[in-house]
Amino acid sequence: MMNNSAVDITRLRVDRGGTRVFDGVDLTIPRGQITGLLGPSGCGKTTLMRAIVGVQKISAGEVTVLGQPGGSRQLRHRVAYGTQGAAVYGDLSVRQNLAYFAALLKAPKADVDRVIAEVGLGPQAGQLVDSLSGGQASRVSLAMALIGSPELVVLDEPTVGLDPVLRVELWELFRGLADRGVTMLVSSHVMDEALRCDRLLLLREGRIIADTTPAALLDDTGTADPEAAFLALIERDRAAERPEDGPTRRSRRETRGHGGQR
Amino acid sequence: MNGRRMLTTAGRVLAQLRHDPRSIALMLVAPSLLVGLFAWLFSDQEGVFDRFGGAILALFPFIVMFLITSITTLRERRSGTLERLMTTPLEKADFILGYALAFGVMALLQAVITVSFAVGVCGLDVEGPLWQLGLVAIVDALLGTALGLLASAFAQTEFQAVQFMPLLVFPQIILGGLFMPRDQMPDVLYAISDWLPLSYAIDTINAVTAGEEGWDVFGPLLIVVAFAVGALVLASLTLRRRTR
Repeated sequence: MMNNSAVDITRLRVDRGGTRVFDGVDLTIPRGQITGLLGPSGCGKTTLMRAIVGVQKISAGEVTVLGQPGGSRQLRHRVAYGTQGAAVYGDLSVRQNLAYFAALLKAPKADVDRVIAEVGLGPQAGQLVDSLSGGQASRVSLAMALIGSPELVVLDEPTVGLDPVLRVELWELFRGLADRGVTMLVSSHVMDEALRCDRLLLLREGRIIADTTPAALLDDTGTADPEAAFLALIERDRAAERPEDGPTRRSRRETRGHGGQR
Repeated sequence: MNGRRMLTTAGRVLAQLRHDPRSIALMLVAPSLLVGLFAWLFSDQEGVFDRFGGAILALFPFIVMFLITSITTLRERRSGTLERLMTTPLEKADFILGYALAFGVMALLQAVITVSFAVGVCGLDVEGPLWQLGLVAIVDALLGTALGLLASAFAQTEFQAVQFMPLLVFPQIILGGLFMPRDQMPDVLYAISDWLPLSYAIDTINAVTAGEEGWDVFGPLLIVVAFAVGALVLASLTLRRRTR
């Protein structure tokens, strides 16, 4: 079990800015699949991703990534992180941005051209990032995460602000990577993208309220589209929070999580 | 530490700068203009520029590099690129020394231009060898870079970073011996000036312009180097892979 999962999180507790973002999250992400991380904004998606790539201070719990403690030195070649928004150098060209990261990762030079083609920025390769549109800049940011041959790619809302055609192309790219055995963890709040994932994690207020597959999600909620299914789950979770509704499966799970902390 | 990643980072910083020719021009030309203004101001008073001109050379690289470094690294922290770099094999020392190297190269160019202008055009009278003057300018620039890196860790916005300049730099200028020889200052201020790196930079410059040799020149210069190294070490401690 440990060897087959890309990420193993046990009893993760994270505090940020005086509030507890996670209080005992347990989670397993299998290798070689696309796992979608969904949830309303502010639910902790980015914090969870930062904890996995090892830039988030954690208060308690364990994060194991590809069999090693999250953020450890050996993982820095094997894990790639695409931040939310474009974390790129605006005063460098597209190619210079990518060449810098390729050099840091000791990736082959050809990688730069490969990822430029993959995100469809060939015509803009020589342009300064500051002169690109927002969507193009975020594609540069995404391209950076595809350099080298990472085993785990963590992408925080990589398709925000992109047109539908490009979104489809990028999801095909993610699928291709997963087919080659790369583990993809992709957050999104575009719900129809959920159907393109192998597995779905639904996060609400720092808790995993569903760990499922797209088909099971639709089945479970009796809805045809993911957006309705998602709303149904959130509503169900909200109802479970009220004590007079009696103990449901989820509230019991939550209680157990708290019990484990103390 | 990894020399190649450090060089790559220095190259990247210089490439960023190359896309900003106006900043390069300001960095290279502004100190000469100010030295020229100073020379002009005292042109009717024999010997005054010779007494102060050298010390001015110690100030510019320090101030300019302090500002540039604190703002560029702060930008790196805020844009998310630093967080991203922290997930790559780049070591903290590679990052900091990469910046120091890139701005050190700029400081070298700045020193050559400014010293040539001060001596060749403004007629600054220097008894010691000119390369020593340039060396002091470079060490000063590195000190500015090191303190700028450190200051950027304590600033949350560009606005704050700029505000650190008067706080960290002005007292050093006032107490450094430019306005009044240090040994004529009130005892407490003299004691304080002994703890400020710029005092030793100005001491070095004065020693070079007076034609002194050996330990009188390199003693104080080594103290400036020690301060710069100390600031770089502190700056690398403020750089964290994991943040809240």
